[in-house]
Amino acid sequence: MSAAAATHAEAGHHDHAHHEPGFIEKYLWSTDHKMIGFQYLFTGMLMALVGGFTVYAFRMQLAFPGVAVPGYGRVTASDYNALITTHGSVMIFWVAMPVLIAALGNYLIPLMIGCDDMVFPRLNRLSYQIFLVSAVILMASFFVQGGAFGGAWTAYPPLSAKAEYSLTGTGSSMWLLAVALEFVAFLLGGINFVTTVMNSRAPGMKMFDVPMVVWMIIIASILFMASVGPLVAGAVMLLFDQNFHTGFFDPAKGGDPVLWQHLFWFFGHPEVYVVLLPAMGIVAEIITVFSRKKLFAYKTVLYTAVGTGVLSFFVWAHHQFVAGIDPRMANVFSVTTLLISIPVAEMVFVYIGTLYGGSIRLTTPMLWALAFIGEFLIGGVTGIFLGAAGADIYFHDTYFVIAHFHYTFFPIAFIAVFAAITYWFPKMFGRMMNETFGKVHFWGTIIPFNFIFIPLFVLGTRGDHRRIYDYRHFPDLMKAGMQDLRILATISLLTLLAFQVVFLVNFFVSLKKGPKASKNPWNANTLEWVAPSPPPHGNFPEGLPNVYRGPYEYGHPDRAEDYWPQNVEGA
Amino acid sequence: MIDHYVPAASTFAPHIDDLIILIGAVVGFWGLLAEVVFIGLILKFKAEPGVKSKYVSGELPKEKRWVSIPHYATLAFDLLILVMALRVWHEVKLEMPKPDETVRVIAQQWAWTFVHPGADGILDTSDDITTIDELHVVNDKTYQFELTSRDVLHSFSVPVFRLKQDAIPGRIIKGWFKPTMTGQFDIQCTEICGIGHGLMPARIVIETADQHANWVKANTALAAVAPAAPAPTPTPTGGMP
Repeated sequence: MSAAAATHAEAGHHDHAHHEPGFIEKYLWSTDHKMIGFQYLFTGMLMALVGGFTVYAFRMQLAFPGVAVPGYGRVTASDYNALITTHGSVMIFWVAMPVLIAALGNYLIPLMIGCDDMVFPRLNRLSYQIFLVSAVILMASFFVQGGAFGGAWTAYPPLSAKAEYSLTGTGSSMWLLAVALEFVAFLLGGINFVTTVMNSRAPGMKMFDVPMVVWMIIIASILFMASVGPLVAGAVMLLFDQNFHTGFFDPAKGGDPVLWQHLFWFFGHPEVYVVLLPAMGIVAEIITVFSRKKLFAYKTVLYTAVGTGVLSFFVWAHHQFVAGIDPRMANVFSVTTLLISIPVAEMVFVYIGTLYGGSIRLTTPMLWALAFIGEFLIGGVTGIFLGAAGADIYFHDTYFVIAHFHYTFFPIAFIAVFAAITYWFPKMFGRMMNETFGKVHFWGTIIPFNFIFIPLFVLGTRGDHRRIYDYRHFPDLMKAGMQDLRILATISLLTLLAFQVVFLVNFFVSLKKGPKASKNPWNANTLEWVAPSPPPHGNFPEGLPNVYRGPYEYGHPDRAEDYWPQNVEGA
Repeated sequence: MIDHYVPAASTFAPHIDDLIILIGAVVGFWGLLAEVVFIGLILKFKAEPGVKSKYVSGELPKEKRWVSIPHYATLAFDLLILVMALRVWHEVKLEMPKPDETVRVIAQQWAWTFVHPGADGILDTSDDITTIDELHVVNDKTYQFELTSRDVLHSFSVPVFRLKQDAIPGRIIKGWFKPTMTGQFDIQCTEICGIGHGLMPARIVIETADQHANWVKANTALAAVAPAAPAPTPTPTGGMP
């Protein structure tokens, strides 16, 4: 309270009642953690449209090569590379990261730990502004000479390092600059999250009373901060190679292109868990509320999350088994990679165990949370094929990898996010979303999702390699049935995209016209449900709550109601 | 199973296929079991009026069993998979049988150059045969390849061999294969290498010894008039020790 309040009073925002803030002050220059959360959420949603449009264009090219794509036109080889690069970069760095960590972290942390704002509200505002600049730079790169960067989201040099190789000199530099700025934004945000949770928890809230989603965002922020340094260093070297012709990654000048891969994946693999853990946290909140169950083995979940985080620093080279690194290194990185399956699997077991003995309500948020578990499980087990070095020789850089990756990342970046949005919508906007529309959107997303990626598993096993814009050049990849599978994946994608309209309609109509939400429509225990819906500036107008117990006391035998909010006194 | 769609044409290809099937069986069984338990619990414990949920902390040893037993099962099966996976890895990437012949594979934006040793079986002699986008090898002969790149990263992938290795400018990476059937198959570049990445298909032609001898004879005449391709200059590093 003290630090937050002091910084806050200084910023002059507590005299809120004296004047009505204008549009810019309210929506773009706010230091309120909830507004900054919304800024990230809406920017992330806008960027998801970019990510969705790019995948639409290149999947159309794969299914119907050479045909003019409605709304885009003909996809050339260089367009294709720019589209896949932008799809990957945008979905990870400008959708998953901002929505899961920045939007939900900003919105939820102060509410769930029972304080009035982040410890550093102005740092928080700066974080979003830098993020916005990074997104603008990325989008602007489409309009420079040569177009957007087309060297894939992993940006391996020498292709990414020299304009004569990539043919997108300006686009490459803008891409790198955007990524580096985006990381600075999240670094600032991460500092804020960790400090706030350390210092501003409500009176009585001990470490093990902190809701799992908050813990997960904190662990993820620490992972991010610890892993991002090498990548930013690498990005600076690559910018120098591009613009000042240094030779960090150029073998002709004594450099080594593989060095980049180490720096990139040293960040890149923990990054998977940076977004996975918050998603796991969201799911923990939702399955406990809608099965009216205490989280099975709270501390085990926490320790496995920490264990996953630590292990994730020792697996990076499994992306490089066939990249020309010393082949003996596979002995180590196969072991660490398969070991990381243990804590992650354990987390999934715990969640499945939580359902036991529950009183399960299949509301829209619960459907999303359950779907996360079911689909992520497939993503997890298919990873074993790739971590096992011998099998990776065949699967590396095929569509099998793409399918595996999307069975983990789609649940993280979309399924968990839809769970979070449908669950916290009443708190965020003070209105309920429509359940029927919610369920139509759910089934309209989940079914096509599987029909996109199951064909891709098959195609990968049959030898389809990645980042090819027209398979007709490869006789072995045009055998009977293969193009049909590509068309099936694309049609499923079109279906999935079409159903997102249902979500957008539900979201924006409910925002204006949905039935008013009460303070605690789901009968949940955590502190955000003590605040009014939506919470005003300062969050808790009736005074900051006291905490008496952990967040998951559902179905307690000593109590008539099946929930026991953290702030309610009682033996 | 895989060779139904993609022929297995090298000595180690069936071993990789077996490994994939083993992993498929293990994770398929446990993954399916987890999904069945998961969906079963959802159906069994759907909310019913008047029935309150159970209060289970999951902290007691008796309850923790439900997580710790699968935990140890995961560990045991991980170890099994690891042993099998690394055995195959060692065979393909770490052991180097004595080669009958050596071929040079040079990748560049966006073509493959293959240097065959010619009639004398030795590289860097005047009878070397250099081809673009077509590699000729003899069935049942052990080959060493020397892989390099002239510009960016590429990857030498022969799906029927289940073989893949990135090419790095400035380095020569060595590897091996031994074909087990004749035929013509795709060679793919599997590392993005610029706008022509999709236009880098090549073919591998696996021939009988007689067919190959004829091919060598027909091409040696050409090689005599055209100068042999210069050997790549960089010092050999990386790859097999």
